[in-house]
Amino acid sequence: MDVSRRIVLHFPSSITGQPVVYRLVRDFDLTFNIIKASVSPGEEGLLIMELSGIEENYDKGIQYLTEAGVKIQSLSQDVVRDEVRCTHCGACITICPTSAFSLEPKTRRVLFSHDKCVVCGLCVKACPPRAMRLYF
Amino acid sequence: MSKTIAEINEKIKSGKVVVVTAEEVIGLAKEKGISRAAEEIDVVTTGTFGPMCSSGVFLNIGHPRPRIKLGGGKVYLNDVPVYTGLAAVDVFLGANALPEDDPRNKFYPGEFNYGGGHVIEDLVAGKDVRLIATAYGTDCYPRKKLETLINIRDINEAILFNIRNAYQNYNVAVNLSDRTLYTYMGVLKPNLRNANYSTAGQLSPLLNDPYYKTIGIGTKIFLGGGIGYVAWHGTQHNPAALRGDNGVPRRGAGTLAVIGDLKQMKSEWLVGISMLGYGCTLTVGIGVPIPILSEEILQYTRVSDAEIFAPVVDYSEAYPQREPDILGEVSYAELKSGRIKMEGKDVPTASLSSYPKALEIANILKSWIEKGEFLLTEPVAPLPGAESGITLKPLIERPIEE
Repeated sequence: MDVSRRIVLHFPSSITGQPVVYRLVRDFDLTFNIIKASVSPGEEGLLIMELSGIEENYDKGIQYLTEAGVKIQSLSQDVVRDEVRCTHCGACITICPTSAFSLEPKTRRVLFSHDKCVVCGLCVKACPPRAMRLYF
Repeated sequence: MSKTIAEINEKIKSGKVVVVTAEEVIGLAKEKGISRAAEEIDVVTTGTFGPMCSSGVFLNIGHPRPRIKLGGGKVYLNDVPVYTGLAAVDVFLGANALPEDDPRNKFYPGEFNYGGGHVIEDLVAGKDVRLIATAYGTDCYPRKKLETLINIRDINEAILFNIRNAYQNYNVAVNLSDRTLYTYMGVLKPNLRNANYSTAGQLSPLLNDPYYKTIGIGTKIFLGGGIGYVAWHGTQHNPAALRGDNGVPRRGAGTLAVIGDLKQMKSEWLVGISMLGYGCTLTVGIGVPIPILSEEILQYTRVSDAEIFAPVVDYSEAYPQREPDILGEVSYAELKSGRIKMEGKDVPTASLSSYPKALEIANILKSWIEKGEFLLTEPVAPLPGAESGITLKPLIERPIEE
């Protein structure tokens, strides 16, 4: 049976240099459609895509991703920071109910901890340069 | 010891200049002592990157064929209206301008997704901007309609001219009421649940030259990623504001009017922003070099966050009603710790001005000077100080009698 699902992949910085999507195609015969990508070598990466194929292969593909250290979320909703647009002012810090934003003490850059985010969306409109985006 | 700007410029040209940021100077002054630090350091660079509403751009778009007189007509750039009370093809685009069909606060709090500040950012980024104009037509300027794309690289002039920037200190905004407030100081939670501030503190230009001893009219600065100049004192310049023993104002005090060629600026340092429930504006990057002409000047630049105090103001009552009351004073060191004590509560703080970006500006300016690309200028006139008698006047309303 064929399946097609939209998923959000969070890459740890250690594997952003690897050809992960290529392996999904080559080893598991899956097709993909990238909805949004933000992957730079040496940084945490984000890939939102639609992944399709035979269910058995799809499951194996997901297993491969998980084992490679990629965190997978089904795309119901996700809050993502546009790293280019963020000015690191910090207006979001006191707005977030789950303290997902914090200041790196030394540089005073604003850190966004995706693990703590509950996708309430409060930061999206409170961010002056509108660097926080809500994906459905 | 004393130095002149001309001597410092000679050092810049010969590559021997010593430049440090307003952050670095704090430790150096402590380590070396004022006297030696003042001798060794030639320039201290400052920086600030925050929302600065009184910003805008003069544009001369060039004459179309046949000609049109935009003056007295209506002109929109990406649907944002611009001021046309000037000659044929000169217009002024203000950072706070909004498209006429923006719902504003009709659906409260309004989102203000696109306005003048965003048009400025798009222009600087080199994007095409849609110009739609109507005019009344004259014998010499017959056109009544003009619809065209314009681009910053093709138009004659694009001049950033901000009449009030780089505020010397500013309020810390809190909310004592029981409902959320949407202000130019960000979203303020009810019952004192957050406090927002907006200056770079120890890195901020005028906090490092509290009596305007070096920054004056004609001072060359970093403006929006390019070169700009101090054009005048800014509007609402209030040198008589309350000061501490170190000379640093404890309230909003001096301001700068700045000018520069928008064509050589960068969109990274002029960012259009949206303040929920308030409006659109522009975040502006400014860096001012301070020549260390004497020990006294160095003494001012070594000010640290712990020695700069800001007033805490209630934006539910005192600010909108223009009451002078403040809830207290806090230092920038306290603000930057992430929490302040206010009215017996532990209040989390947040900044609207970006310290990392301010530091980046101070470092860029430092590298320009070190590489010999940026010479200092001698101010042609000082900014008015407390002795000028300038104060901040409120508007006293008078009835209009026919």
